Amino acid sequence: MKSRFLIAGALAVLMVSGAAQAHRQWMLPSSTTLSGTDSWVTVDAAVSNDLFYFEHFPMQTDNIVVTEPDGATGKIENAAKGRYRSTFDVHLTKPGTYRIASVSTGVMGSYMLNGKQERLPRGTTKDKLATAIPAGATDVQTAEMSNRNEIFVTLGAPSTTIFKPTGSGIELVPVTHPNDLVSGEAATFQFLLDGKPASDLKVTVIPGGIRYRDALGQIDLTTDKDGKVAVTWPQPGLYWLNASIGGGREGGPGGTGGEGGAGGAGAPPAPRPQAPAGPPQRRAAYITTLEVLAP
Amino acid sequence: MQISHRLALTGAAALGAAGTAAAPAIAQTLNLSVNIPRLSVAEYHRPYVAIWIEKEGAAPRTLSVWYDVDKAKGEGTKWLRDVRQWWRASGRSLSFPADGVSGATRAPGEQKIAFTAGKGPLGALGPGNYTLIVEAAREVGGREVLRLPFAWPPKPGATVKVQGSSELGAIALTFGK
Repeated sequence: MKSRFLIAGALAVLMVSGAAQAHRQWMLPSSTTLSGTDSWVTVDAAVSNDLFYFEHFPMQTDNIVVTEPDGATGKIENAAKGRYRSTFDVHLTKPGTYRIASVSTGVMGSYMLNGKQERLPRGTTKDKLATAIPAGATDVQTAEMSNRNEIFVTLGAPSTTIFKPTGSGIELVPVTHPNDLVSGEAATFQFLLDGKPASDLKVTVIPGGIRYRDALGQIDLTTDKDGKVAVTWPQPGLYWLNASIGGGREGGPGGTGGEGGAGGAGAPPAPRPQAPAGPPQRRAAYITTLEVLAP
Repeated sequence: MQISHRLALTGAAALGAAGTAAAPAIAQTLNLSVNIPRLSVAEYHRPYVAIWIEKEGAAPRTLSVWYDVDKAKGEGTKWLRDVRQWWRASGRSLSFPADGVSGATRAPGEQKIAFTAGKGPLGALGPGNYTLIVEAAREVGGREVLRLPFAWPPKPGATVKVQGSSELGAIALTFGK
């Protein structure tokens, strides 16, 4: 039981959104649409239950990368970490769309050594995998993870240079530009997984302002064969969008993709079956915050 | 209906051609009267106002933008995006100050502005159904968008009127020669 919680904890930290259904990671820009030739945005970044209230944990800002409209690498300024949220600024001086992204990749997994199950240390990367697993280890299970949390802000007219896919993890390709959203109008986005259209990807959209309404208002979507989804925004405001694969612990208690026996509170947890070592499972998560304007 | 429309169309085309060749003084104008309401609020700022025209299948055309043009380093442009619908339709692809389009914010009361067909920001208008849109956004205040549909060329004596309810008052579009 205890170890199961430890595992769940590790998953929550590493998977950010996929496994941690309760906590939602997000970045919230002060503005997504800006005019003039020299503007600033302030971004709040947090992990919380409600959207977009900071009441749980600040988000790490160490690996946030700003990509400027021309593809150059920008920077975050005035970064600070509080008890519940982090905050930082981005100075916009070039016309077009900026990407502000926190991207992480790694490998998680476990192996048996001398009759004990050991877990790969946090921060293990694919190229260090060989050295991370000691000689004599058996029942090696690994899962490659890619997490991307990104937001877009536009100075002047929207541009699309920054949307060139990297081919790693889940990525968004605009059909409708994410800084050109108006309530009542349908917006279409394409999602890629490792550079290829991600068909049958579950995409969840939740409007912000949860604290002041009873219903979550969640919109559940599935990408088509081209990896595309269309969203019609019910009202203006901020929306949190999340897409992930492989977040559930397949083969574990609760069945495929289950939340580890969450449904069987009374029953003793079944021992976690050891699946045979195989090709790495793919786990990927994508998060963005979208601002939808009033018509 | 369609026949009279066609007649008006050919008539205007002929008129336009004759007008440009012989006497530019008779070029057609759009005369717009925009009433900015006097609001009794603790903190009043004159509204940013954008006026533009749209026609299905054509790029929107900005006719006039009233904003804080005199602020140092063009800082007034920072708030242009608050005129949201105009910003999306047309503003964000312009550079400011825009020649013949930008102007200072205007005081409450009736503001008159005229645009000449074939000239300036209005340019040449092909026949068809247009919408003239007036959008006002006020610092620490609200926003209002009003739409005035009109046919081009206009029928003699045609007027379009619309009444605002918060950030804009009465707006009237008349056509002159």
